[in-house]
Amino acid sequence: MIRVDGRSDSQSLIRVRGLNKTYSRGGEKIQVLQGLNLDVDKGDFVAFMGPSGSGKTTLLNLLGGLDVPSAGSITVDGDEITHMSGSKLTHWRARHVGFIFQMYNLIPVLTAYQNVELPLLLTKLSGSDRRKHVETALSVVGLADRMHHYPRQLSGGQEQRVTIARAIVSDPTFLLCDEPTGDLDRKSADEIMALIEELVGKYGKTVLMVTHDPVVAARAHTTLHLEKGVLVEGKASSRESVLAGGAA
Amino acid sequence: MKFRRLIFANLFRKKIRLILTVGSFAIALVLFTFLAVVRSAFNRGVEIAGADRLVVVDRVGLMNLMPVSYADKIRAIPGVKAVTHDHWFGGVYQDEKNFFPQFVVDVENHHQVYPEFKVPDDQWNNFANDRQGCIAGAKLAERFHWKVGDRIPIKTTLYGGAVWEFNLDGIYHTEKPDGDQGQFWLQWKYFDENVPSVIKSTAGWYIVKLDSPDDAVRVAKAIDEKFANSPHETKTETESAFAGYFAKQFGNIQLLIMTIGSVVFFTLLLVTGNTMAISVRERIGELGVLKAIGVSDRSVLFLVLAEASAISFFGGVLGLSLALVMIPGISGALTGMLPPLLLSKPMLALGLGFALLVGVISGLLPGISAMRMRVVNALRRV
Repeated sequence: MIRVDGRSDSQSLIRVRGLNKTYSRGGEKIQVLQGLNLDVDKGDFVAFMGPSGSGKTTLLNLLGGLDVPSAGSITVDGDEITHMSGSKLTHWRARHVGFIFQMYNLIPVLTAYQNVELPLLLTKLSGSDRRKHVETALSVVGLADRMHHYPRQLSGGQEQRVTIARAIVSDPTFLLCDEPTGDLDRKSADEIMALIEELVGKYGKTVLMVTHDPVVAARAHTTLHLEKGVLVEGKASSRESVLAGGAA
Repeated sequence: MKFRRLIFANLFRKKIRLILTVGSFAIALVLFTFLAVVRSAFNRGVEIAGADRLVVVDRVGLMNLMPVSYADKIRAIPGVKAVTHDHWFGGVYQDEKNFFPQFVVDVENHHQVYPEFKVPDDQWNNFANDRQGCIAGAKLAERFHWKVGDRIPIKTTLYGGAVWEFNLDGIYHTEKPDGDQGQFWLQWKYFDENVPSVIKSTAGWYIVKLDSPDDAVRVAKAIDEKFANSPHETKTETESAFAGYFAKQFGNIQLLIMTIGSVVFFTLLLVTGNTMAISVRERIGELGVLKAIGVSDRSVLFLVLAEASAISFFGGVLGLSLALVMIPGISGALTGMLPPLLLSKPMLALGLGFALLVGVISGLLPGISAMRMRVVNALRRV
């Protein structure tokens, strides 16, 4: 269940209260997020939409512990992350967050296998255990036969699959996707979205996704719009309405 | 080290840049090593000087000769164990390019004062009984392919210009492999018979062996006091001080070498530092991703330092290997102009340590900036 009114009493997986983020630019203060509330349960799949500069990526960065808010709190699985030190936050990210970026962000000098293995190098897993995990993750994304290929030897869609494998290999608490299909053609985008849906439906992953694309957003359980620094639920882009609009 | 694959993969990312950086590092290290061995060669006299030996010269200067009769007077001073005297012969063998030091030695006492020069007893006895005899250092004999029994003609440049002929009666070695094995010794008695009368019965300098190094100051003072107000006043100092003074006759080699060495050091820092800075700047986005997935700031610093150290290690090993091949050749070409150039194991270790130090320092600045970089800013630059 996803709520944006801050009134949820249940123990949500992700609980955001009164989130503010202000940037200073040339002496001027720009308030991007203003008292934002959000509750996301385990297994939810939520899409964030909004115009450029509305703060979608800022929100994702804050939820992923990549940035710190000006005010408010973020609690994930009982851990309040907003007051963690830099090094604690780094360890927390390694355990709880899987990132999927628009531009894939693979290390070009490493093979698909080595890229996927990277998050596991931060754990105490043995070499053979790491191998099992990596092979499983690459199988889930359908790239077991390409594990020794370098990113330059893969298509955009395949690169994004490797990114997804890297994001899920350490079995994080939730996945953050920043425009995961933004650099792909429609066919590849559909395949990637099918894969993300499978992660949610079959493996029970919690996914928070930023997108500009209403077709992509419609595949999420809920779409939230960022307007004037706060989240607004539903708004003309429920799955049905988009699909209906698309069919019309 | 779990990240070794990433470090090596990054290292070989731009192969031409890596080759050029390692190459410039290696060449600079050859130069650095060459300077170090030259410095060491000049200091070797000081390093191997006996702590229990004094050198006595005429107070006016080394060119002024002293009466040979001083030997007995010095020997009578308490604390003196043995005394010998030397002369500079200054001859030419075949060609002026073939320079090597030739000393006129006092056969009776030389052995007692310089026990580190080893000559087989039979060879020494032949030398002692042969007025025209001579002894050559092992390296010198090897250089000119001399063997015991050879007749060696040497043209003197200081004592009338005649050619003096010597019989090679023996070859000396030193206990330490880096000892001076390039000297040529001839007998003082043969020398004294053949030099102009003004030179006869003189000694160029005295070398005094002490009962104990603790007596050095007292005995030196006693020697100089003994000959005070005489026509040949003396100046007595320890052998290491004398060797240091002798080395300075070539000019301030130390300063020159240190200056060039410092320039090499800073040039290397700039070259490697620049390479690392460019390399880190090109990869800001990737470093941001590493941080995002949980690689700590310290590990990012470590990755950059490890890469810089690997470059300097490869450059260092290549440079030292080149130096090992080149320095004996250069030393051979400079024989006579410079003391033998020896690249010792401690010097190789020093060279490698220097290379790694340069690597770590050059990686520090880009490493710290990568460490401090905020993830969100880094990801924006992808």
